[in-house]
Amino acid sequence: MSVAISFKDIVKKYGDTTVIPELSLDIQKGEFFTLLGPSGCGKTTLLRMVAGFNSIEGGNLGFNNKVMNNVPPGKRNIGMVFQNYAIFPHLSVSENVAFGLQNRKVAKGELQRRVEEILDTVQIEVYKDRMPKNLSGGQQQRVALARAIVINPDVLLMDEPLSNLDAQLRVDMRNAIKRIQREVGITTVYVTHDQEEAMAVSDRIAVMKSGIIQQVGTPRDIYQRPANLFVATFIGRTNVIEAKLESGAEGEAVLHIGSSYSLAVPGLQAELKSSGTAAVKISVRPEEFVLAEEGAGLTGTVVNNIFLGLSTHLVVALENGQEVEIIQQSATTEVVDIGRKVTLAILPGTVNVYDAAGERNLNRGLDL
Amino acid sequence: MSGRMKRWDIWSLITFIIFAGYLVFLALPLFMLLIKSFFDGTTGEFSLAYFHKFFSKAYYMNAVWNSIKVTVSVTLLSILVAGPLAYIMTIAKIKGSATVRILILISSMSAPFIGAYAWILLLGRSGVITKFMSGVFGFSMPDIYGFSGILLVLTLQLSPLIFMYVSGALKNVDNSLMEAAESMNCTGLRKMWKILVPLIMPTLLAGGLLVFMRAFADFGTPMLIGEGYRTVPVLIFNEFISEVGGDDGFAAAISVIVVVFAVTVFLLQKYVANRKSYSMSALNPIEPKKLKGIANLAAHAYVYLFTLLALMPQAYVAYTSFLKTSGKIFVDGYSLDSYRAAFSKVGDSIYNTFMMASITIIIITLAAVLIAYVTVKRKGAVANVLDTFTMLPYIVPGSILGIALLVTFNKEPLVLSGTSVILIAAFVIRRLPYTIRSSAAVLHQVNDSIEEAAISLGASTMRTFFKITVPMMISGVFAGAIISWISIITELSTSIILYTGNTRTMTVAVYTEVVRGNYGVAAALSTLLTAITVVSLLLFFKLSGKKEVTM
Repeated sequence: MSVAISFKDIVKKYGDTTVIPELSLDIQKGEFFTLLGPSGCGKTTLLRMVAGFNSIEGGNLGFNNKVMNNVPPGKRNIGMVFQNYAIFPHLSVSENVAFGLQNRKVAKGELQRRVEEILDTVQIEVYKDRMPKNLSGGQQQRVALARAIVINPDVLLMDEPLSNLDAQLRVDMRNAIKRIQREVGITTVYVTHDQEEAMAVSDRIAVMKSGIIQQVGTPRDIYQRPANLFVATFIGRTNVIEAKLESGAEGEAVLHIGSSYSLAVPGLQAELKSSGTAAVKISVRPEEFVLAEEGAGLTGTVVNNIFLGLSTHLVVALENGQEVEIIQQSATTEVVDIGRKVTLAILPGTVNVYDAAGERNLNRGLDL
Repeated sequence: MSGRMKRWDIWSLITFIIFAGYLVFLALPLFMLLIKSFFDGTTGEFSLAYFHKFFSKAYYMNAVWNSIKVTVSVTLLSILVAGPLAYIMTIAKIKGSATVRILILISSMSAPFIGAYAWILLLGRSGVITKFMSGVFGFSMPDIYGFSGILLVLTLQLSPLIFMYVSGALKNVDNSLMEAAESMNCTGLRKMWKILVPLIMPTLLAGGLLVFMRAFADFGTPMLIGEGYRTVPVLIFNEFISEVGGDDGFAAAISVIVVVFAVTVFLLQKYVANRKSYSMSALNPIEPKKLKGIANLAAHAYVYLFTLLALMPQAYVAYTSFLKTSGKIFVDGYSLDSYRAAFSKVGDSIYNTFMMASITIIIITLAAVLIAYVTVKRKGAVANVLDTFTMLPYIVPGSILGIALLVTFNKEPLVLSGTSVILIAAFVIRRLPYTIRSSAAVLHQVNDSIEEAAISLGASTMRTFFKITVPMMISGVFAGAIISWISIITELSTSIILYTGNTRTMTVAVYTEVVRGNYGVAAALSTLLTAITVVSLLLFFKLSGKKEVTM
């Protein structure tokens, strides 16, 4: 039975140091929810508070509105997958998976049926009698997952489960995890520092920094309309350029970038100060630039070109010396030579405009 | 992950019980010793008289100097002998090196005083080698008694420890470090001195400390081969035991001085070692190469000669145990007389040793599992104090612990003197560290999340411990327990203080038979001890899958 998880003004302290100050968040029933952030941002701490391995110094943690703060981990009916898998090395694959069921005093026949069923779901039934040391990393990962979900937990918690796998296996496993989660339909909280992984598996993502949630949203929302410059730079690659917002001829807001590039940005009139201008920062993703030989745009010189097969990365030095990154589909164009003068236009509607401190996205709430 | 939930659970209770045990059987006795040394034995008033007496009489200061001379010489000589030995065995292919390593290990596991008495049989006034040399060549061997004998016996006995420590450290030195040095034209002795020695220095210091403490605390060797060369443990024993003029208070005072000295050395070593420690793990360990010509010959000669010398005492004792005896004298021919005599005369000591060692090892195994768990997984103030308690027996010499226990438990409310309980308590306290260290080492490898996984799957604290944690640490526990076992059955310095007629152990019996000149019985018992040690070691190798022992 899946549950909704609610955090209400949750506080975590180690001694006098506050690691998480008053955090509130609602995770919906059956949702695949990811906590994403750089190391030390408090995401694992938060996950372990849900699991019950970390104490809660303030606020309430609720499963379906039932306060869980002081319920011991074993009584929370959670399934947890650990970063290092934490497979019991002295127990076989099926004994590992059966461990939680034995603790729940499940009858022998049913226990066997459920173990086999879950091993089938995670596709490791052929290894059921093996010892863990004879399994590959990916297989151990599947055992850990099976062990966590076989007990029909209310919540599945996963702490950087893929970080010990190599790149190709990581992609395979995240697809498997997503598939299994959909099949089982269980509320899942997933912790990772890998933004691509987060986008691949999540229904919604919370981006965290220093114990504070910066943004909660769907992968697309977070990528295309980051709440602030931290989120914009942490998720994917982006170019941050200083610009000026001014009032145009008809009172509309116009963005001035560099010496000669102007871009109308509808809906930002309210941000103009009484003086009629505002210093802003814009964030443009590498694929949001359109490269041309001439026409309206930022002018610059190609200083590096990197052919990567699927795409080609260009580094262009702007007039003020700032270098920006551009990604082109390799199939559509020739590789541009180093030293060529180019013009960079921004795809209409994609630009995100931030206040000068980069703390607020002025476009946020506007349609894409 | 720090900041795990702290709960008052079953572990708090277990910690408390173990803590209480250490308070009663270690802290209290040491405290009583301290009290005794500062209060006059007859008037019961506070007095510094004992300390004044000790520091003002040349007789006592002499013993201190003797002890320091012996200890420092043994430590340095052990390093000089065993350091090159370990180096040679690491870089050079030696024929039968696996066997050599096991033989060296076996030689280090016997009680030192057996070495002392064996060397008397070999090189003493009427020793076989002495007689042979003077009879055949008319050559008189140098005197084995006194300082030189103690030095010989203890160096041969203790240098295997340095050998094992240094071998372990050299195994962790990456060969690419050596190659990097060579690529920068730093070769030969200069490479060793500039690269290798600094890298293994912390290990050398740790091994040196162990040798220092053992040599310092050893009682049997100077007693047997010293012949009037008094060291501090001999002094303490005489003051405490001697029937005329024995003085508990004075023995206590000397003990306090010794403990203070030992703690100082320990802290000094820790301070130096901490400043010079590196963490190393070798991807490409140094591979032994086949040496050529004279170097190959010299390497083999050195390794074999050392092994021969180290094993000689035990081998010779074993040989004499099968000699025919007539009374106390060995005569021509072979027989099992000595064994028969041993079983009939001192058979009780064999029974006592097995009975007490078995009870001890059961307690040690249980306690070590719990203590290792508490100190590794339940860090906190109490666990830290517990950790320090478990280290103390490394520093406090066995005879001093014996005296401390005796002065504490020879009167109401708890009279234990003369019982096997007091011996078992002493054995547990002294030999527990081996099993704790070995168990803790395994436990350090067990990630916290393994237990969290079990708990998250609904297992209780105790079920998690017994179903998950204990099975994972069991190999380390057994390996450590075997080492504890061997060190219990070869223990002398505490037993000699605490034993009475009913609780005599095999080592005590060997010692007293040697003193009485009953060499046949002593040899039979010693050989029995060696046999048990070898069997236990083989069991250790099988269980741990290792070829070395960490002490």
